[in-house]
Amino acid sequence: MTNRTIRVWTLIHKWTSLICTVFMLLLCLTGLPLIFHDEIEALTAEHTLPPMPAETPLKSLDEAVASALATYPGERPLFLSFDEDRPVVNVTTGPGARPPVSQMHISAIDLRSTRILADLNDDKGFMHVMLRLHVDMFAGLPGELFLGFMGFLLFVATVSGVVIYAPFMRKLSFGTVRAGRSRRLKWLDLHNMLGIVTLMWVVVVGLTGVINTLSVPLVAYWRSNELAAMIAPYAGKPVPERFASVDAAVRTAMAAAPGMRPQFIAFPGVRFSSNHHYAVWLKGATPATNRILTPALIDAETGAFTDMRSMPWYMLALRLSQPLHFGDYGGLPMKILWAVLDVLTIVILGSGLYLWVARRRTAQDHADAAPGLRSAVGEAAE
Amino acid sequence: MKPRAPLPLPAIFGIPAAIALVTAAGLVTALLDDGLVDALSWAALSVPVLAAARSWWNRER
Repeated sequence: MTNRTIRVWTLIHKWTSLICTVFMLLLCLTGLPLIFHDEIEALTAEHTLPPMPAETPLKSLDEAVASALATYPGERPLFLSFDEDRPVVNVTTGPGARPPVSQMHISAIDLRSTRILADLNDDKGFMHVMLRLHVDMFAGLPGELFLGFMGFLLFVATVSGVVIYAPFMRKLSFGTVRAGRSRRLKWLDLHNMLGIVTLMWVVVVGLTGVINTLSVPLVAYWRSNELAAMIAPYAGKPVPERFASVDAAVRTAMAAAPGMRPQFIAFPGVRFSSNHHYAVWLKGATPATNRILTPALIDAETGAFTDMRSMPWYMLALRLSQPLHFGDYGGLPMKILWAVLDVLTIVILGSGLYLWVARRRTAQDHADAAPGLRSAVGEAAE
Repeated sequence: MKPRAPLPLPAIFGIPAAIALVTAAGLVTALLDDGLVDALSWAALSVPVLAAARSWWNRER
């Protein structure tokens, strides 16, 4: 690499980093408790099911939905999702088909009694604040897309960082940390070392985070293309006045896809369904396939099966970006590693900021002695 | 530090590339199955953390 090339990459690294660093620090700090949200919520929430005889028969999904609607009169059902390992469904209701999240109500319902175990409408707690700061800084879709762009800048900063890692390390063996000379040199070496060892994790978590910020436009695109093609004969039909049985819809969907289990059901009119259908989102039964969802569309007026198609690539990417960003797919040890790597990233961001400030100070002190930009190579030879 | 010849790129990026590949393998394997595969993933994701810790223990004072 010529000195000129190095200088250009150094400028790219400097500016992309400077712009995104404050936001990345926010994301790393708020992300830290979010990694452990299951564990933290288990501490506070009531998670034990009331004791009932082991053979208690389960009530129907329709009864569960009725129970939620009785609690929130005047609302309509939006989603129904299944808990993994207990007879509990979560029913989301709201005043219209696509209300803002703040107007939705989520009820965890015991299927043995259709009693509401807990309402999951936490919109004030610590974890909720962390989540909103992390997802959109309380600014809705624009905030989400803005953070997505910051994530893209982080990616550019990471790539340019790798490029200028080479001239820094021309005369150093891997992992050298010169801690005994100046403070700046110590932090420079730490920044380089931590940056290069966490590279793949930062890139994967960063890019999957960017993909997650595109969730709203991607689902909207899917709805107006793939979904529209699946329900072409129904185009223009209004949302039905009354919905057919949810249980029957789930049975019809499962009969059409042997070996798959329902993950959640989207009611007619919501973002994840058409205006006229139940969308029963089915997942595979093995660990490798249970992250891949396939929607089966059931006519919500007649209960008839309409269509079922695999997800297009961009929806699969969106789906897989969730575990890869959250780190919630390998038990508690994985979450701990996620947290450690997150803290290392905070050190990289902080040291990068420090190096920029220290460098400016040095540059001012030696404005006469060292005019112009000192090349990155000169630094490495210190 | 004694002056020496600049290292070639493979010498600079050899270990970092190996760590990146191990990390990627660790991130993907845990998606595929549960149980033993999770443990492999923990081992793989420990590699970048251990590499950082080792560099810090062996820092030049």
